[in-house]
Amino acid sequence: MTSDSPAFPRFRAVADHAVLVELGDRIDASIHDRVRHLDTALQVRPFTGFAEAVPAYASVLVEFDPLVTDHAAATRALRELVGPSAPPSPPAPPPEAAPVRDVLVCYEESLAPDLERVATRCGLTREAVVAAHLSGQYRVAMYGFAPGYAYLAGVPESIRLPRKPAPVRDVPAGTVLIAGAQCLVTTLAMPTGWWAIGRSPTRILRADSDRPFLFDVGDGVRFGRIDRRAFDAAVAAADAADPTRVR
Amino acid sequence: MMGGGRATLEILQAGPHTSVQDAGRAGLARFGVPASGPMDRTAFAIAHAALGNAPGDPAIEVAAGGLTLECREGAVTVAVAGGGFHVSRDDGAGDAHRWRVTSLRAGMRLAIRPGVWGSWTYVTVAGRLAAPRWLGSAATHAPSGLGGGALSAGQRVQVEDAELRAERDGPIPCPAFARPRCAIRVVLGPQERFFSPATVNTFLSAPFALTDAYDRMGVRLRGPALRVRGPIDMPSEAIVRGSVQVSGDGAATILLADHPTTGGYPRIATVIGDDLDGLAQLRSHDIITFHPVTPEEAIEAARAGHRARERYRAGLSRA
Repeated sequence: MTSDSPAFPRFRAVADHAVLVELGDRIDASIHDRVRHLDTALQVRPFTGFAEAVPAYASVLVEFDPLVTDHAAATRALRELVGPSAPPSPPAPPPEAAPVRDVLVCYEESLAPDLERVATRCGLTREAVVAAHLSGQYRVAMYGFAPGYAYLAGVPESIRLPRKPAPVRDVPAGTVLIAGAQCLVTTLAMPTGWWAIGRSPTRILRADSDRPFLFDVGDGVRFGRIDRRAFDAAVAAADAADPTRVR
Repeated sequence: MMGGGRATLEILQAGPHTSVQDAGRAGLARFGVPASGPMDRTAFAIAHAALGNAPGDPAIEVAAGGLTLECREGAVTVAVAGGGFHVSRDDGAGDAHRWRVTSLRAGMRLAIRPGVWGSWTYVTVAGRLAAPRWLGSAATHAPSGLGGGALSAGQRVQVEDAELRAERDGPIPCPAFARPRCAIRVVLGPQERFFSPATVNTFLSAPFALTDAYDRMGVRLRGPALRVRGPIDMPSEAIVRGSVQVSGDGAATILLADHPTTGGYPRIATVIGDDLDGLAQLRSHDIITFHPVTPEEAIEAARAGHRARERYRAGLSRA
């Protein structure tokens, strides 16, 4: 950003209870590898007073208990976990080692309100947009914005579009959205300016479960196409298994 | 102390933003879930301590519109603390202008009305407030309604293991640290590099007013525009409770209990934890100023605030 910025990693004090570790200033796979490396290291070797880590594209927010430790001690511990500004050591697990989660998606017209417009803007047929979306190599970069909103990196170049100029309200839960290189499956009815190209019956956020969130940061994601009948059946089955879902 | 039964409280009137809150669901920000919990954690803790409860149990968070409830069956002692609300029982018992512990029997009504200051107050119960839990907590995440949930007129709230603790009935002292705060201490950053020194100076010297855009997610401020230097090209990063975020139009918003967990706008500063509760008790149009502290001073403020709360709590249990 500015020319006087020190090299990464940078450690920034946040209020009285956190340190923001900046590992880069852009969305980039190798920077995200370093994010995952630090996040994993903190889970394995938390420092005294560590409370919570929030990984993002290029940073990790590290919360601590100010009654137990302080920014200086937390930063010393984090510096050790991050290592020198060279590539991480040991390296983050390669993407192929992470689990791949399957997500079903139905691209039928009534469930894909923006598919036609995406096709027009990209100069493709609807089927070509679907094929491109299915061909993407997706990885969970971070969760953010709202509960269970997992940002998936890896939308193919041919269907990358800037977001809409104005958000659309009450986009239903389960909507498969794209914007730029990012893809997201919504978990709640929320406004969004991203493009709705399908609907998924696969629940990313499951209230009554030992594993309430389908993905961990770093997981791979593979989309699988289903037709409307399979979609309806999958929704009914998921409703029966977890009736608490907010729609 | 007597009881062990069940009490039913019916809500006769509730303003918007009334909800069930407990200590919150910490540790899930990595999945997009903010901690939620009480807007004024200090008052929430006092209302529990006044009854001798364990800290952190579910309670009713009452917003500026007030609350009226009636005990429909059973009997239960309740405490009300937070903000300068008027608290009265329909039999006229007690001083209406003070936080208090009061015992409700079937047929009795409790009315909580806004007073001269404050935006939030808490009703705790001697017993267990039955409320739906989501991800291990009854705290209501207002944008989704998940958790214990919003409360409105006509709803009934059950208290399990309800007890009368009439020996605790009486006023609860309002300590200085639970009063509203207009001088807000901040640690600059973490994205202050997006602002020129002149803009940072404006932020630290100009008065800002809270606007009507104030809810559990945050409060938008009105004041001089804080122009962002260059394009906003930062990747989304974690937000905390107290982040002062500046949007593209130069307006600042302080993020609060139900904040989005990440955002792509720069944060010029972060309000220290010790001032968040006093900030939350301000109202729309109140004026605040920001005062920079070092991270070391922020830590010392957290520890001093904790000591003051502990002393107060010890005094309550001796009383």
